[in-house]
Amino acid sequence: MITDKKTQYWKKNIKYISVLLTFWFIISFGCGILFVGHLNTISIGGFKLGFWFAQQGAIFGFVIIIFIYIFLMNRLDQSFKS
Amino acid sequence: MDLQYWIWIAVGLSFTLYIGIAIWSRASSTKEFYVAGSGVHPLANGMATAADWMSAASFISMAGIISFNGYDGSVYLMGWTGGYVLLALLLAPYLRKFGKFTVPDFIGDRYYSNTARAVAVFCALIVSFTYIAGQMRGVGVVFSRYLEVDITTGVIIGMAIVLFYAVLGGMKGITYTQVAQYIVLIFAFMVPAIYISFLVTGHIIPQIGFGASGTDGALLLEKLDGLHKELGFHEYTSGSKSMIDVFCITMALMVGTAGLPHVIVRFFTVKKVSDARKSAGWALLFIAVLYTTAPAIAVFSRTNLIETVNNKPYKLMPEWFNKWETTGLLSFNDKNDDGLIQYRGENAVNELTVDADIMVLANPEIANLPNWVIALLAAGALAAALSTAAGLLLVISSAVSHDLMKKIFRPNISERSELIAARISATLAVILAGYFGINPRGFVAATVALAFGLAAASFFPAILLGIFSKRINKEGTISGMIGGITLMLFYMLKFKFNWFGGGNQSNWWFGISPEGFGTIAMLFNFIVTITVSAITKAPPKNIQELISNLREP
Repeated sequence: MITDKKTQYWKKNIKYISVLLTFWFIISFGCGILFVGHLNTISIGGFKLGFWFAQQGAIFGFVIIIFIYIFLMNRLDQSFKS
Repeated sequence: MDLQYWIWIAVGLSFTLYIGIAIWSRASSTKEFYVAGSGVHPLANGMATAADWMSAASFISMAGIISFNGYDGSVYLMGWTGGYVLLALLLAPYLRKFGKFTVPDFIGDRYYSNTARAVAVFCALIVSFTYIAGQMRGVGVVFSRYLEVDITTGVIIGMAIVLFYAVLGGMKGITYTQVAQYIVLIFAFMVPAIYISFLVTGHIIPQIGFGASGTDGALLLEKLDGLHKELGFHEYTSGSKSMIDVFCITMALMVGTAGLPHVIVRFFTVKKVSDARKSAGWALLFIAVLYTTAPAIAVFSRTNLIETVNNKPYKLMPEWFNKWETTGLLSFNDKNDDGLIQYRGENAVNELTVDADIMVLANPEIANLPNWVIALLAAGALAAALSTAAGLLLVISSAVSHDLMKKIFRPNISERSELIAARISATLAVILAGYFGINPRGFVAATVALAFGLAAASFFPAILLGIFSKRINKEGTISGMIGGITLMLFYMLKFKFNWFGGGNQSNWWFGISPEGFGTIAMLFNFIVTITVSAITKAPPKNIQELISNLREP
């Protein structure tokens, strides 16, 4: 592989990781801990929203984040081979 | 049919299955013994990782802890799942690409130093031993409660089973038994949860059910908040811990998860880099099934418990109440001699103490579920404990036979002798773990939770910086790992064991509990590693090339 192409691959990967980790932080530490009080004033489906994020939403979000990363990286790997 | 028969059938069938798999998947080379020949399908590896990860603590204790702590219990839910995001994005693919057998392997090669390797082996052994002793104890407790044998016999039966498939099959045997154990444990966990959710709310999905309203029309969570207020407990849906402590504990558990050697090593067993990412995704999905159900069970069982016992006459308690009383995990002390059970938040007037561990196990009995469901639960709890114990065992045995013997003391050892050494060290590790299971020391229970802090403070920065920086060198990492784990051990010994002058909650640094201190110790590790690396010389050229190679697809 040419060095330039390799650098590009790595840069793209870092970009994906930073964006996804930002979401990782927001749904858990943000919604579940730091802003839990504010979100608890909203109620959806019988749950206070902050409480729901801390005990349900964050976990669903984590699963989705990993599968998005799998998809993005598979696509990046593909475009690299061609 | 009698409960005892059901339990023998469920446990007997599941054990026969594990032994059958062990005989089918014997390991014949060190590669098969350490990493299952690196040929495991990502879906199978996902299940194996999930079973490896979910221990007796996840299966038996977690829902109970959430049940008693409400919102505060969220630290475990987020902490023990969020780490997989870090694993999938930051560590697993690169470690697979590196393509060796163990975590100390990576640290030793990347930091071109046997000192770094030895420090890593030391950290891996501390983390794994504290963890495995708790698992053997869990096996003993389940056996004694359900099969009515004493704890010692229970631990010995458990040891024999693990020894059989771990020593014979190594990672290969462990992987495929873990797949079977995942199926057993998730089935055992979900059936009672769905059953109870349907009985209480009419929803078959517990995740939706615990937000719904019960048979009396009131929303379950609102009712529980109301009951808690009335009885003097803190409100269920909001916490009693400080925000900074909740933040730090969650972070320490997440980062610790990503730094635990027995979890990381599972990603060495798949065929290629993209499979490592995939199996992290599958693993978290399989884990999430149990982890999103646990808070629902917590709410159902908490409401059930309060409504069944509070202000009710002691004489009219159902059979399960007396049965758990004899185990000592439930006790009633009639302080005002009125014959009624007053369950209150305030210590002076509370008459009932309930151990968090019985919530999951007693739940089907409290809700009057059929006997076969209870038997299933016993088999599930054993599957959870055995699968985690086996995974840890492999880390211990490979740390001794591969990292210490082959890589440091006897580089010329033959493949055959290394395999024999691996099997001998696995055997010794089981015996030692069994000893701690039979004779539990106070420090074992206290340190299991802290194993995460230790892993966060030692491995995570070393591996992360090893991949994402070409400038970090061996001087930096060795001082960082030693500094991080020393600081963590110091804080733990000071506030958990009263060494170095001891102290209580008011003396905690920044108001952070020992469980959350791993976050601070990890930051300390990062700072030391980066500073020391900056003032010493950069790693040699061939190491920089090794890092470039890790980053390629």
